[in-house]
Amino acid sequence: MSGYLESQLIIFCLSTVYAYGVFLPAASGQLNLGAAGFVTLGAYASSWFNAQVGLNLPVAVSIPLSMAFTGAISFLISFPILRTRGVYMVLATFAFAEVVSGLAINMEFLGGAAGMPVEGYISVAVIVPVTFAVILFCFYLMSTRLGLAFRSIHDDESVATLFGVDVRTAKVAAFTLGGMLMGLGGALYGHQYNFIEAQTFNVLLSIYILLYVLLGGTQTAWGPIVGAAFFTIVPEAFRQLANAMDWKWLADSRFIFFGAFIVLMMVFRPEGVVTRTFIDRCKGVLTGRGRARPAGDAAP
Amino acid sequence: MSGNVLTIAGLSKSFGGLLVIDDVSFDVRRGSRTALIGPNGAGKTTVFNLLTGVYPIDAGRITLDGADITNVPARNRVVHGMSRSFQNIRLMPHLSTVENVMLGQHARARGLGDLLFPIGLIARNRWRTQAEAALHDAGLDTYPGEVVANLPYGVQKRIEVVRAMVSQPKLLLLDEPAAGLNETETRQLQELLQRVSATGVTILVVEHDMHFVRNLCDHVVVLNFGRKIFEGTPEEVHRDPGVLEAYLGGDGDSHAA
Repeated sequence: MSGYLESQLIIFCLSTVYAYGVFLPAASGQLNLGAAGFVTLGAYASSWFNAQVGLNLPVAVSIPLSMAFTGAISFLISFPILRTRGVYMVLATFAFAEVVSGLAINMEFLGGAAGMPVEGYISVAVIVPVTFAVILFCFYLMSTRLGLAFRSIHDDESVATLFGVDVRTAKVAAFTLGGMLMGLGGALYGHQYNFIEAQTFNVLLSIYILLYVLLGGTQTAWGPIVGAAFFTIVPEAFRQLANAMDWKWLADSRFIFFGAFIVLMMVFRPEGVVTRTFIDRCKGVLTGRGRARPAGDAAP
Repeated sequence: MSGNVLTIAGLSKSFGGLLVIDDVSFDVRRGSRTALIGPNGAGKTTVFNLLTGVYPIDAGRITLDGADITNVPARNRVVHGMSRSFQNIRLMPHLSTVENVMLGQHARARGLGDLLFPIGLIARNRWRTQAEAALHDAGLDTYPGEVVANLPYGVQKRIEVVRAMVSQPKLLLLDEPAAGLNETETRQLQELLQRVSATGVTILVVEHDMHFVRNLCDHVVVLNFGRKIFEGTPEEVHRDPGVLEAYLGGDGDSHAA
């Protein structure tokens, strides 16, 4: 594999892991715009657990430990954050990420604003199987009764309650598991690039990760991987196209086209690229049992 | 064990000073099919919301199968043995038919093992099999994997009833289950409810279709302006002057509705 492809694959894998971390709460109707904060926590925690000046643990221990750490923080902050709803929850998670970033920049033992070198290295040969495991885990989770509860809460919280779903516990579980996954993503990032600084995990990262999930679709576990693939591949494809055709105008303005593309997606697929109905259609085509359906596609 | 599945005593509720349920008391006999009827705005759906814990009550006591559930949180009332359908369809639009029905089983899931069992991955598991059987029983087995948002109104309406049934309640609360159904669908629903009733489930139904009530129910409670104005058999209800007045309007009576 060429170095270029490998670097793209790693970006795609990390994006996917982050995206599943935002997806789990999003599948139960909670928008998390604080992904960067959780990624920062995971990256710094694993780095410090692993560093000689820290706990000097092997990577195989420091990464799971950083997941546990990020999960514990997620669990604790989920209680105040889950009291907020809609746009207020978006703001609360955003504020959390800013607090984490501010703390990381001001902690001298973590390198402060200069960043922190990470000692242990993990290669693409670890990142790919771990990403695969994360994807499998999320598909499994969404197929369980707990996953059904998540999706029910997304659609109608009060009815879910009347059928015995413990809405708060389910939301806390989704938020905590999501935090753990983002912590894992952050840890993988640190040990792959061997250098972390808080400024890398900025609000733009949080926005992109949330966009992966929303554009991919929150109804099925396919959403985050489709969204992450889309966001990794499309800008690169534009760049490759510009290079191949020697179109300087496209090379300069590819993000304008990309932005326009995102707006179009939101207009035409407001519930994300992959919806339940979309999956049903694909299955129908594959099995040859697709049948005519009355008009009126997606739900309001 | 008493002969009543549900006992409501002195139930009252007001919203911002407006008394919507005023000292309502009635019993629902075990195994009965009781109708709760009344003109629009009489408070029938509010009674259901109070029974299921959607709103806290101001005064009174609710006893379900011998247990005082007045202060039991909404989530646990289904565990005590009551579940409901909704007047306006409240299915989960993004879930398939069978998934909606499996949500109805949630109260019967015990512990982490049941919560983490992949009901969606394993094709033949007891939850899915049971949900599909319940749909089959209701004549709705043509659409198990379909997202409910795409289904016709009459079908969605009946899926609501099936979802409430699969929690295996002692008391099934149905809020206008026949509203919007055509004649065939109404008849199928009625037969379904009669079969459910034969298995020992008690049914309390809010319904405007008096023909449906007469065919299905053996007991009728009439509400008007939040008060109980009549209780008796479906045959008697037509002869009661108070009920006739409530529905048709009395002379000189100035209820500004």
